[in-house]
Amino acid sequence: MSIMMSVLVAWLFAVGTYLLLQRALTRIVLGLGLLSHGAVLLLITVGGRAGRPPLVGKGDDGAGIAAPLPQAFALTAIVIGFGVSAFLLALAYRSWVGTANDEVQDDIEDRLAQMADGEGHFRQPDPEEDQPWDEWDDPEGAPKATEPNS
Amino acid sequence: MSLVVLPVMLPLFAAGITMLAMRSLVAQRVVGLTANLAALGTAVLLLIAVESDGIQAQTVGAWPAGVGITVVADLASAMFLVVSLVVIVLVQVYAIGQGVDEAQPRIGQPVYLVLTAGVALSFLTGDFFNLFVAFEVMLISSYVLLTMGASGKAIRSGMTYVVINVLASTLLLATVGLIYGATGTVNMAELVTRFPELPQSTQAALGILLISVFAIKAALFPFFFWLPDSYPLAPVAVTAVFAGLLTKVGVYTMIRATTILQLDDIRWLLVMAASLTMVVGVVGAIVQSDIKRILSFHIISQVGYMVMGLAIGTVAGLTGAVLYVVHHIPVKTALFLVGGLIEDSTGTGQLHRLGGLVRRAPIYAVLFVIPALSLAGMPPFSGFLAKLAVITAGLQAEEYIMVAASLVASLLTIFSMSKIWAGVFWGTADDPTPAMASADDEDRRLVIDPVTTAATAALVLCTLIVPIFGGTVFDLAERAAMQLLDTTEYLEAVRNS
Repeated sequence: MSIMMSVLVAWLFAVGTYLLLQRALTRIVLGLGLLSHGAVLLLITVGGRAGRPPLVGKGDDGAGIAAPLPQAFALTAIVIGFGVSAFLLALAYRSWVGTANDEVQDDIEDRLAQMADGEGHFRQPDPEEDQPWDEWDDPEGAPKATEPNS
Repeated sequence: MSLVVLPVMLPLFAAGITMLAMRSLVAQRVVGLTANLAALGTAVLLLIAVESDGIQAQTVGAWPAGVGITVVADLASAMFLVVSLVVIVLVQVYAIGQGVDEAQPRIGQPVYLVLTAGVALSFLTGDFFNLFVAFEVMLISSYVLLTMGASGKAIRSGMTYVVINVLASTLLLATVGLIYGATGTVNMAELVTRFPELPQSTQAALGILLISVFAIKAALFPFFFWLPDSYPLAPVAVTAVFAGLLTKVGVYTMIRATTILQLDDIRWLLVMAASLTMVVGVVGAIVQSDIKRILSFHIISQVGYMVMGLAIGTVAGLTGAVLYVVHHIPVKTALFLVGGLIEDSTGTGQLHRLGGLVRRAPIYAVLFVIPALSLAGMPPFSGFLAKLAVITAGLQAEEYIMVAASLVASLLTIFSMSKIWAGVFWGTADDPTPAMASADDEDRRLVIDPVTTAATAALVLCTLIVPIFGGTVFDLAERAAMQLLDTTEYLEAVRNS
């Protein structure tokens, strides 16, 4: 039982990691979901053998009950994982609505490096052309530069 | 009811109330500010109690310690809590001045209060599973603040932050599970005795896992890449509070875990990580040309100094680390707030589009130069005290490479701060924004918002308190460090709770 659970945990972590390394956002979200399932299963597995329900009444010494703490941990973790997944899906959806694609973009430093002039110097950004930072600073329409002498 | 739980509960209750009072922005603001001020008050009382009566602990729900949720306040956590709450309250005023919480739906205040509760719980928690819960509370609210009202592109970059942190939390959960499997407890006080009984290799493996998770949170080398891409995107009040607090929560948990679990075997890892973090962070800052991005890279570099104190591992080293956190939280937040003021007045944070602000907004120059010199470690500001403590401890412990790295990083910090100074406050703008260009007269003053400027000024004054009461703060930090290293008092307090 324990070995099967361990293999399952390992498998969930492996698949989750693989999905996490994909470029599509939905796959990343699914990967995170699988990883959190793996972590929850791990919590249950380390709790030891299955046993009676951990309810101790009068005259009961509590022998043979399952460890209650990991179950409490697992329940908490499931609830949190559920909330986080819902939030991630909502974000992925908004991101898709906003940019109409699901791919993860290149790193921002890479984009800057593409703007470099090949000799290791960043050229002065041209206000007519690409202005990566304005776009990031004020997405709602940054106050665009006017010609100083106009 | 014990004082220890109040800094967590007050903001949480207020979050519920502000959620119900969504229709009235005024009510939300009054309740939100009152709750955070009350939390600050209880935190100060808590610090006084810890200072006079020793460590305060409380196990919630009448369970025995080890089963129930334990909250503990020792000197280090109480000090961090007080400083954090001061920053939280002042940034809240700043955010109200900027009107960040006006956006519909009005969830700004409730989410901010939940963030406060999460930060407070992270500092006060006495078991590792509860720490995971605190992280989630803190992070989910920070995800919302970061992506609230953002456009598609900003959301895309916010995703990096979200995904990295969810991954870190999942890893923390798995690690907590493994610690439970190995020792049968997740209570920090119980782990003091049970963890050293494990085989050396198990200790090292669990320690490295735990430290890696906290290193992601603290943006330590090599896990820092997510920070500069995501922080500059949010509204500046949000970025400021993240910059001041969230990575420092990571540093605090790292200090806590290392001292509770006595992870002496993997100290060399921390030494390497700290040295590289200091240098790589500041080198990253030098090549940037936007105020918020420069400051974001500085967070990374500064985290290196705190971890340096921890990596030294002596009382002197930890004193330095505690002092550094206390100095860094208000200073870093103040710098971001000034960056925000400049952006509000001029419309940009890019150095080549700014210039001459020393004449056009002299108050900004004053508000910038004090925390900037403090960050660089110039006497007589708080950064000098903190850096001196860390570096002296490093010399005593003969960690010469790390000391050299810290001195180089310090020098480069001054360099990049002077870059902001020269770009923003001196000279003229190469490519002025409308707000800058509209003034035909170069000396015309910029429009300055009174509320946000007052909040920033108050925070800058707070950074001056540390050097003025330098002796007292240093003594407190030293006692906090001794408490961290000698875990018997912690153990006693939790067992008797």
